[in-house]
Amino acid sequence: MNVFQKLTYKYRKLFVLLLSPVLYSFTIPILATEHVVKNGELIQDVIRKAVAGDVIKVMPGTYKETIYIDKENITLSGVIVKGERPLLDGENTRNDGILAAGHGVIIENFHIKHYKANGIMTQGANNFIIRNNIIVGTSVYGIFPQFGKNGLVSHNILSKVEDAAIYVGMCDNVDVVYNETFDSVMGIETENSHNILIEGNYMHDNAVGFVASLVPGLPIKTAKNTLVRNNFIVNNNIDNFAPPGAIAAGLPSGVGAFIFAADEARFEGNIIRNNVSAGIVFADHASFSASAPPDPAMDPRPDKGQVLKNVFVDNGTAPKDDIAALLEAAVIKRGPDVLSTGKGRKNCVQNRDSIIEAGTERWSECGAGISTADITSFQLDEPVKSAALTLEQKGRITYLSVCTGCHTYATRIVGPPIVVLQAKYADKPEALAGYIKNPVKNWPGYPEMPPQNYLPDDVLLETAKYVLQLKP
Amino acid sequence: MKLVSAGSILLLVVNACFATDDFKLSQQCPPSFEKLSDGTCELRSLYEFYNSPPGFGGLRIPLPEHQGGYTPQQIDLGRYLFFDPVLSGDSSQSCASCHQPGRSFSDGLARSIGAEGRELERAAPSLWNVGFLQSLFWDGRAKTLEEQVKGPLFSAHEMNNTREKLESTLNSIEAYSLMFSEAFPGKTDITVSEVTQALSAFQSSLISLNSRYDRYAHGDESALTEQEQVGHTVFRSFAARCSQCHTPPLFTNQQLAVTAAPEPKGKEFDVGAEKVLGIAQMRGAFKVPSLRNINLTAPYMHSGAFKDLQSVISFYNDERGHAVKGQDLQLHWHLVNPKLSKADEQALLAFLLTLDDETNKPKVPVAVPSALSVLQASPNYTAHNIN
Repeated sequence: MNVFQKLTYKYRKLFVLLLSPVLYSFTIPILATEHVVKNGELIQDVIRKAVAGDVIKVMPGTYKETIYIDKENITLSGVIVKGERPLLDGENTRNDGILAAGHGVIIENFHIKHYKANGIMTQGANNFIIRNNIIVGTSVYGIFPQFGKNGLVSHNILSKVEDAAIYVGMCDNVDVVYNETFDSVMGIETENSHNILIEGNYMHDNAVGFVASLVPGLPIKTAKNTLVRNNFIVNNNIDNFAPPGAIAAGLPSGVGAFIFAADEARFEGNIIRNNVSAGIVFADHASFSASAPPDPAMDPRPDKGQVLKNVFVDNGTAPKDDIAALLEAAVIKRGPDVLSTGKGRKNCVQNRDSIIEAGTERWSECGAGISTADITSFQLDEPVKSAALTLEQKGRITYLSVCTGCHTYATRIVGPPIVVLQAKYADKPEALAGYIKNPVKNWPGYPEMPPQNYLPDDVLLETAKYVLQLKP
Repeated sequence: MKLVSAGSILLLVVNACFATDDFKLSQQCPPSFEKLSDGTCELRSLYEFYNSPPGFGGLRIPLPEHQGGYTPQQIDLGRYLFFDPVLSGDSSQSCASCHQPGRSFSDGLARSIGAEGRELERAAPSLWNVGFLQSLFWDGRAKTLEEQVKGPLFSAHEMNNTREKLESTLNSIEAYSLMFSEAFPGKTDITVSEVTQALSAFQSSLISLNSRYDRYAHGDESALTEQEQVGHTVFRSFAARCSQCHTPPLFTNQQLAVTAAPEPKGKEFDVGAEKVLGIAQMRGAFKVPSLRNINLTAPYMHSGAFKDLQSVISFYNDERGHAVKGQDLQLHWHLVNPKLSKADEQALLAFLLTLDDETNKPKVPVAVPSALSVLQASPNYTAHNIN
């Protein structure tokens, strides 16, 4: 199965999932509702009305807002009419275009421009899909999934981004496929991430085409397994225009791909052409330490990298920035296809006699039979589900974590003691669950209880049952 | 103020006359904890419903691991020790002198007051949710609560006690002998090890995870007003970038960061973690504090340079590094000049207030086994804190 078939397959599965949302979260929609937003309306107003699992269609028009999505399984889908997408315009005054924290979010078909920070950002959302968007001129990242497991970033076109056009930060199992990135500081970057597929992308006319990094000082202390395959990485020679202070500002321009202390970066089937400093650079933290202080909890070396069969053409013809200084110090005139600087271990390269190398003396020849052909995707076959808890466990956890702040078994702290509730609601857990969900003040001398209506009915019923059987 | 003090003193007298606290240790785990079959307490939280890899942050994400495994008796013994001034060298200060429940387990001071009334170098951090932290102190120099506890106990500048004196004092108090043997069955003498375990047990029981923000995170959209929701989105925006270091659900990513927070006027520059790690680029680095109950713990930063949250927001919404001159600092890359609008700043402030939650505030003991005054060592208590 090739990646394309897999995408279609995933899409089909997604519909099945929309119809079985019980797998997911607190709020259980019966049927996904489709909302339509028209030019002149606010998208956020409609998101406010939506419930988990809903689809929000946005018609072409100009929308001047920052959108946030905190519900689960929301699809935010632009409607393309005669090639025109709905436009989110940050006017260089709004912070981010779309910020999503709900799991299972889908964001597609938007044109996003001129935000002060990111175009599309997810924070802590698993099972995300970001596809078919056009993003121009955002001041930090174009598309930035962060802290997400299982995601897809595909068929987006990004340009004029002042850091990485696509940035995969502290994520696991993400496919970044068939995107075009240009006129940006970096085309695509992965940071402290694991199991990332970078395939079929066109990264051109950036300062650096692709970066896989282990950034110091972050809570995730490793970066592992990035497969960079069948991409065009060409003409990445523009000046680095990242703002001072950003880590990106320390990157040398003219580099096709830059591996910064990340482990298991693998390159296969790429066309890497006319990047004037070097084709691929492997560097440890010490070699580029100006941007971030060392992190004692991290291994600062890029290990187990593999440069398999790729096409290198005309790289290193006029080295720039730090690469120029580095080569000059080593009395090397021409920038190489593969450059290793600092200490890395167990790295290898295939087809050594057809490429220009520097600093790779300690690298071995990868076995001729090594290939990545068996990998089609790093997305998971099933979406990440909520924790596997029984209803009984959920009821117990709810009582212990929420109720015990105000109720104890035998004595009053804020609300009535449990023994009193047990007498009133004996054998009536449904009635108690109803009260918990929507309390009416009927306990003289006690303050009003806040409604716990954000928890699903079955969890509240289990909570009530747990309360009624509690013993001293 | 005078009235309150008078009332407190009266209460003390009343307590001294009528209180019959026999220092019986609780058999029950504190709120938010489940008593397991082995007798220890384990934290329960709605964040257990979620599933993501360890270290990830966000809205519906599991919490980091919590340091637990203590029994209710150990936790309750820790509570008595925490409030007992006998732990200090001259019996004048308890842990609660600087970590006052009435001030969200901080002390309301820019820099805390140590032995003999002398001002210390740094501010007392709040203790809410410390059981989750993988490093303690502003410079992160302790890796466990047990290790941390020994810092103030035996620092000549702080509680100024010695191991020998602490052990002999506690062993001479009959009530403590009984309490320790109940909390640590099989131990005959009280040693520093049991003291630090009990204090760690109590501190790790301080859980604040039921704020309005948490209700919102668990799905209650009405828990935050529209302005607070906008503020939440400013907080996690990549313009302000607050959530990049103050990562939910704990509102800290537990890393060290050089923010170039200034010292108060006249105070010498504090090199922070540079001294601990010996890494020059860590000059001026401090641990990212949790923001839970942040509204209740003014003044702010490691030495209290900012009197209120608005001043902190203004500091970050300005040029990076502007407040410290003459130091060679490698500023954290997330420091940018976010140019937040006035409305964004106000919304951000409104959001920070939604992190208040002191539902599980423990009871201050009426009396402690040393018979020293709990109130004297904790001047800011008011009568209603006492139970």
